[in-house]
Amino acid sequence: MSGTGARLNIFPTRMALTLMKSKLKGAQTGHSLLKRKSEALTKRFRAIVQKIDEAKRKMGKVMQVASFSLAEVTYIAGDISYQIQESGKTAQLRVRTKQENVSGVLLPAFESYMEGGNVFELTGLGRGGQQIQKCKETYIKAVETLVELASLQTAFVILDEVIKITNRRVNAIEYVIIPKIENTIKYILSELDEQDREEFFRLKKVQGKKKKEQQTNEAEREATKNDDIEYEAAESMDLLENNDEDIIF
Amino acid sequence: MTSQTAYKDRNFIAVIGDEDSVTGLLLAGIGHVEGAKKNFLVVDSKETFIEFTKRKDIAIVLINQHIAEDIRQLVDDHDQAFPTVLEIPSKDHQYDPEKDSVLKRVQRLFGE
Repeated sequence: MSGTGARLNIFPTRMALTLMKSKLKGAQTGHSLLKRKSEALTKRFRAIVQKIDEAKRKMGKVMQVASFSLAEVTYIAGDISYQIQESGKTAQLRVRTKQENVSGVLLPAFESYMEGGNVFELTGLGRGGQQIQKCKETYIKAVETLVELASLQTAFVILDEVIKITNRRVNAIEYVIIPKIENTIKYILSELDEQDREEFFRLKKVQGKKKKEQQTNEAEREATKNDDIEYEAAESMDLLENNDEDIIF
Repeated sequence: MTSQTAYKDRNFIAVIGDEDSVTGLLLAGIGHVEGAKKNFLVVDSKETFIEFTKRKDIAIVLINQHIAEDIRQLVDDHDQAFPTVLEIPSKDHQYDPEKDSVLKRVQRLFGE
């Protein structure tokens, strides 16, 4: 018996063997599919990582430009930070999420959009209005870059997690499930062979016994037959050779 | 996996940063005030970071890198996909890509 390695607790029958064989086939198909999925995701992942690296560096420059334009505003219009922080009541620049499907994984992609009117219409009415407008536009562009980077980053985090899960599944199937099923199949086969041998031996025994019985029967029959012949012969002999005494009336 | 509902209602961008970064981003129109709940904060706070990451209507949290540096542990431990925490450079502090929590993960994954 192949008792090595873990196997499923199952009764060794032909039906179980068929079941195990189909299970093994299923596991192998699943394994190859998952492996391909993992590869596709990794490919995507690498592309995203490269993009993140570029975007992060680009962000540094964009933010620098934006800060500079804010400094211009401060120079011309004075400190407007308090005014701005107090007047912002509802968000004008918002994000919404779209979904992208990469081999069954939904990756969200942020997209910025404008909603409502400009809440800072009166800011800088006294002086520096144009500068403030320019600064606003610069910052909107900066935010767009940031949103883009954020979607890349989200995709990165999600993909990282999904790839880990997929790889774990691939390994589980490859190193645990498939060997287990193979061991079970081996076990069932050896058990069935054992049963076959037992059956064969039993049949042989039965046949041997039958033969023996037949032989003894035959021998007996032969013996009785011989007896009969002898008896008959004796009788016939008796008839021929019997010297009857003369009968005198 | 993250279900669709997890990010359907996330519309806002939150900021934790110094005066200038917050002013600039507010000027772009990201500010949203609901009662006493704001989605922006000048200078750092652990509690605010935790609050922003727990809120269900925020999609992206922007945080100045030098502030993220102060609560590095919290930022590094944030491994959820939503909201996305993004470290941005500030005017007074040099931006260092080596310190960014995501870039650190990137580097850890692809050959240190």
